[in-house]
Amino acid sequence: MQLYLPIADIPVNVFLILAMGAAVGFVSGMFGIGGGFLMTPLLIFIGIAPAVAVASVASHIAASSFSGAISYWRRRAIDPALAMVLLSGGSIGTALGVWTFTLLRSLGQLDLMIALSYVVLLTAVGSLMFWEGLRAILRARRGMSVPMRRSGSHGWIHGLPLKMRFKRSKIYLSVIPIIVVGLVIGFIGAVMGIGGGFILIPIMIYLLRVPTATVIGTSMVLTLVTMVFATMLHAITNHLVDAVLALILMIGGVTGAQFGARAGQKIRGEHLRLLLGLLILAVGIRFAVELVIRPDDLFTIRETGGAG
Amino acid sequence: MIARRSLAVAGVVLALGAALAIGPARAERLIVSVSNHRVTVTPNYSGEELVLFGSVEKDASTAARRGNYDLVVTVSGPRADMVTRRKERKFGIWVNTDYREFLKVPTYLALFSNRPFDAIASPDVERRQQLGLNNVLLTQRVGSDYADVVPNDAFRSAFVRLRSERGLYREATSAVTFLTPTLFRTDIPLPAEVPIGTYDVEIKLFADGALVTHADTTFEIVKVGFEQFVATSARQNGFLYGLVTALMALMTGWMASIVFRKD
Repeated sequence: MQLYLPIADIPVNVFLILAMGAAVGFVSGMFGIGGGFLMTPLLIFIGIAPAVAVASVASHIAASSFSGAISYWRRRAIDPALAMVLLSGGSIGTALGVWTFTLLRSLGQLDLMIALSYVVLLTAVGSLMFWEGLRAILRARRGMSVPMRRSGSHGWIHGLPLKMRFKRSKIYLSVIPIIVVGLVIGFIGAVMGIGGGFILIPIMIYLLRVPTATVIGTSMVLTLVTMVFATMLHAITNHLVDAVLALILMIGGVTGAQFGARAGQKIRGEHLRLLLGLLILAVGIRFAVELVIRPDDLFTIRETGGAG
Repeated sequence: MIARRSLAVAGVVLALGAALAIGPARAERLIVSVSNHRVTVTPNYSGEELVLFGSVEKDASTAARRGNYDLVVTVSGPRADMVTRRKERKFGIWVNTDYREFLKVPTYLALFSNRPFDAIASPDVERRQQLGLNNVLLTQRVGSDYADVVPNDAFRSAFVRLRSERGLYREATSAVTFLTPTLFRTDIPLPAEVPIGTYDVEIKLFADGALVTHADTTFEIVKVGFEQFVATSARQNGFLYGLVTALMALMTGWMASIVFRKD
């Protein structure tokens, strides 16, 4: 069934978009991430303009992270204080990100920047996660116990001033690194059209030493708010959010996420990390290959306005 | 070439002679119509094809022609500024470097005729009457100057090629068919991603290598109903549109958490 998208200005197959939403939703439910890093490239691949894809995926991630956040809230797995501090940085980062997005778009380097940041970010995070998962599996094979990561080893981050007590997570931490992390994630999310959950979760676990019980729920709150904010800003400044496209993606996404979450509970943690690492790495390498090999066409056209 | 030119000259002389001899002689008139003056983009829109009909009207005082009539139909969509960029290899990766701005060029452009342009008119007339994609004026900003460039300019030909690949620029020299010596028709294919706006159709009648007369008509492509509503509200009420989209996202998420609640 063909449907004409009012903002992207192309007809698409509804079932294809629904299936893409469901597939990405499955992955995101399984790993507890937004899945924007998969959805945006897929949309670009089927012919939707990168700028429209980035802007519309923001609202799709908002939907899936909201449904996730609700269930984590019921299980009391969200730290409201920690979420608030992350958000204060996140909203500034998102605003900066949308501003940068508009600037890059006018310079004609948006597509390159999106591709480059995908390569750098995805290959780095992907390889780290893959390596970490592999080591954990090998260690478990040799019958060694997994070393405690949070064994009171205080790094320089824990020596920073402006400390605050986060009751739900049972940590005592400076607000400075938390705000910086929120800012970086918000910025990356707005520019690249991703929620940033797959970067935020490792940072919170390994750098901020937030207990795993509250990590995913709290990161979902940050994702939710920054993506709602990004949707608004993209709609106001660039007029590129395609609500029809977003709605189809959301319906597929939230459905897929439920099944993904059930599948994810059956897989062991380190295997999950290994798989996610591989997936992220694969997407990153795909972008890298595209940048390095000679493109089919050296020329591109873009409308700069003045229609009518 | 020389033969054709002398033919053209002969035609002009003949026309002049006829005009002088019979006084206010009436030349041919073109009567044209498109099958649909208002194409609406609905949710299941996936391109359309219009038909242009027309006839060449003559009366008793019209001078007789030696050759047959030739027709060139130019359909041009709403105009827009566009940028063509060229990628180059820098530091091992392919980056956009050089670019050219095309000013107020048609977003859709189709040229149809009943036989090849170079058979209809001399290269000089082809250029003046903008027959064929190679002769259509595509203004570029060159430094502080505004000009069109030679047809084989790298940016110009890439621009035309890329637009043609998407079906937005096209040229067909056998698309116009004469049903009778004076009655003609041609199809105007509109791809799915055709731009919204007003389209100008110009029909030029040639005889013996010279322009005899021309006629104009228009049709418009409009979004209606829901598509129209979404597109205009996104453009004019960005804040409200964003708010509604964000609320829609939250509603969908909330609905999902109710539908799939595991208790």
